[in-house]
Amino acid sequence: MIQFSRFVLPNGLKVLVHEDNSTPMAVVNVLYDVGARDEDPDRTGFAHLFEHLMFGGSINIPEYDDELQKAGGENNAYTTNDLTNYYCQLPSANIETAFWLESDRMLSLAFSKKSLEVQRKVVCEEFKEHYINRPYGDIWFKMREMAYEKHPYRWMTIGKELKHVEDASLDDVKKFFRKHYNPMNAILVVAGNVVTEQVYELAVKWFGDIPPGEKYSRSLPQEEEQQEARRMDITADVPVDAFLKTWHMPARLDPDYYVADLVTDILGGGTSSRLYQSLVKEKQLFTNVDCYHYGSSDAGLICIDGKLVKGVRFEDAELAVQAQLDLLMNEGVTATELEKVKNKTESTMAFEDMSVMNRASSLAYYELLGDANLMNTELARYNEVTADQLVELGRRLFEEKNSHTLYYRSKK
Amino acid sequence: MNRKIAPPIKDAVEFDLKLKPYDKYVLSNGVEVYAVNAGAEELIQIEWVFFAGNCYEEKKMVASATNHLIKNGTSQKSAFAISEQVDYYGASLARASYHETSTITLHSLTKHLSKLLPLVRELLTDANFPEEELLLFQQNNRQRLEVNLKKNDFVANRLIDEYLFGFDHPYGAYSRFEDLAALNRSDLVAFYDRFYRTGKCILFIAGKLPPNIIELLEQEFGDLPLHGGVVEVPSNLAVPAAERKYRVTNDPNGVQGAIRIARDFPNRHHPDFFGVQVLNAIFGGFFGSRLMNNIREDKGYTYGIYSYLQNHIQQSAWLISTEAGKEVCEATVEEVYKEMEDLREELVDEEELLLVRNYLMGSILGDLDGPFHIIGRWKNIVLNGLDEDYFYQSIRTIKTIQPEELQQLARKYLQPEAFYELVVI
Repeated sequence: MIQFSRFVLPNGLKVLVHEDNSTPMAVVNVLYDVGARDEDPDRTGFAHLFEHLMFGGSINIPEYDDELQKAGGENNAYTTNDLTNYYCQLPSANIETAFWLESDRMLSLAFSKKSLEVQRKVVCEEFKEHYINRPYGDIWFKMREMAYEKHPYRWMTIGKELKHVEDASLDDVKKFFRKHYNPMNAILVVAGNVVTEQVYELAVKWFGDIPPGEKYSRSLPQEEEQQEARRMDITADVPVDAFLKTWHMPARLDPDYYVADLVTDILGGGTSSRLYQSLVKEKQLFTNVDCYHYGSSDAGLICIDGKLVKGVRFEDAELAVQAQLDLLMNEGVTATELEKVKNKTESTMAFEDMSVMNRASSLAYYELLGDANLMNTELARYNEVTADQLVELGRRLFEEKNSHTLYYRSKK
Repeated sequence: MNRKIAPPIKDAVEFDLKLKPYDKYVLSNGVEVYAVNAGAEELIQIEWVFFAGNCYEEKKMVASATNHLIKNGTSQKSAFAISEQVDYYGASLARASYHETSTITLHSLTKHLSKLLPLVRELLTDANFPEEELLLFQQNNRQRLEVNLKKNDFVANRLIDEYLFGFDHPYGAYSRFEDLAALNRSDLVAFYDRFYRTGKCILFIAGKLPPNIIELLEQEFGDLPLHGGVVEVPSNLAVPAAERKYRVTNDPNGVQGAIRIARDFPNRHHPDFFGVQVLNAIFGGFFGSRLMNNIREDKGYTYGIYSYLQNHIQQSAWLISTEAGKEVCEATVEEVYKEMEDLREELVDEEELLLVRNYLMGSILGDLDGPFHIIGRWKNIVLNGLDEDYFYQSIRTIKTIQPEELQQLARKYLQPEAFYELVVI
């Protein structure tokens, strides 16, 4: 049970406090309700580029990192398709430094030209390092474009292409800041060796006078129900064939989300999972195979991917995957298997919650979903899932017409 | 309130950092157990450390293959049955193989521990390395290696170690297709028998420990032919490469180069090790370092650049590592040498030094959080043959080292002619 308290400042900023006096540290986590899904299709990669610019100096403080490091702190940030999250950890005696820094960059950035120029280059190198100069680096660009026709999950967080990042102007940056970076669209979580009253005072002192801004209301184009299977067959300069197949799955707040999550564990969670045992060990069609999903806020994808053993035909590999899905849909799961994936879920959550930093970011994320207390009720939701529900959902999900299959061939 | 003025801070150098002591036990067979009992959650981590790294192997890759396949079958259980038992309890059993040591690490909810320890006992007494598991390991790793060899960073990491130590040194060796193909079951069985089943073992345990933990360990492991005491680490002579500068083409269509610049460096017992840790932080050891500020934050040549000391027991190396745009690789290399020169020629100013002191202290404070981190520090100390004074000496150095001493260290070690330089494109 994670204890926390919550209050809202008059400008709309939500503040959550989680006290844990077993640590000498404090964590300050600021989540902004903006991700790559909120981008213009012609200017993708912007939310992530913007995350870099948040370290390029704010209106009153030229060097965010230096000031935090002086106070003995460390920080980082990440952008997903759904959100942007900034977190720092520092000795709790210096917690006010984090309030000073985070509130100033919520108030206004310095909008430095130099920072934009440099960070455009840095992000282009990040793009190259992870997605171009790397075998199979483009596989998810292809899959997302095939799986989503309308929804902005169609593109990667890093952006559709380098050019979008290269073209970003200071004017775009200012507009983006005004639209998304304000108290109405942010959640502040303070955790660790802190006292709630002290956090309240500091929040009022540093964040209280920031203009509220406008609540951003999201109306994203949604996918229509898919009527026909989609397939893609490409060849690239990679040493071995790779197989990737995905199916649309329920959104994060759909009750079926928990069922889908357990389905992925039955199929692909580790070396005792069905796919691994059957396709890697027994049939030796794949050198590795996995089943997973990204847990995205809007309807996401269940994925099965793996690399083929040399000489194996894609068609045979795909049939073998399908045979495993059929087995699940026709014969269901055993009580032991269901117990196993529930135990795994319990254990994974417990290990994740060991770190104050993880607890803080989870609280922020669940609050974004609607209620931070979801964090405390998740396990019960998983435990309620029945074997029948797994089969029933499997039958709906793994319909061929709901699927996207990618053969990523090695150039011979 | 003036937002231009920073709130007062407590300098982290004023913090009095304490490394929570371990409890030490010795099982009947002499196996030492280091324990840190802390934490609020009902979680436990147990690490079995064997002196079974690649410096003990006579044939390449035997140490890592033995370590990897130790949970892939006993005379009573298949690989699947073993995985299933571990997974059923939501636990994980990780393996890792290093140069001196190889490890098995169990993570579990404390309540399931008594179900899992007998399984680990079975692996340590009765692993049988089925032929078909080895064949599969060879096949899958051959393909994995093919993929990895396409990555410039992977290739660069192998080559730089080979230049520093020579391919015949355990620190310079890497896996090749022919080594993988040459593995056979009897090599693994013999290695297992000598270095695991009857080998030297040390246990590191942490988390919320059940009160009867030592009884449990004694019961499952105290009667095994494992032993404690001192084992000899074979002394290997490094044979560094004669040539210092390399440009390697790996991917003709590549858009980035992997840059590695490295020199030899003594191990943790050398008195310069403490000061160089501070110097390294200033140079390239964290996000606020000079290399990062210059090459990423000023020039935008890279997504990230770091320098670090390798975590080796016998002898270390000092490395600078980055991936940079193809057209700016040479400029990046030049900037790295400029930063070395600057550290040799100019004294670090007090403001920068205070920032680094505070950052390092804050970072250690954060890293002492939780039982798994604490046991990790102790493991490092124990395996390197050090004692807690190593920890406190590090802290003293961070708090007190002066710019003059940092400059002397830079003059002694940051000499370009002592470094190997490699760009893989």
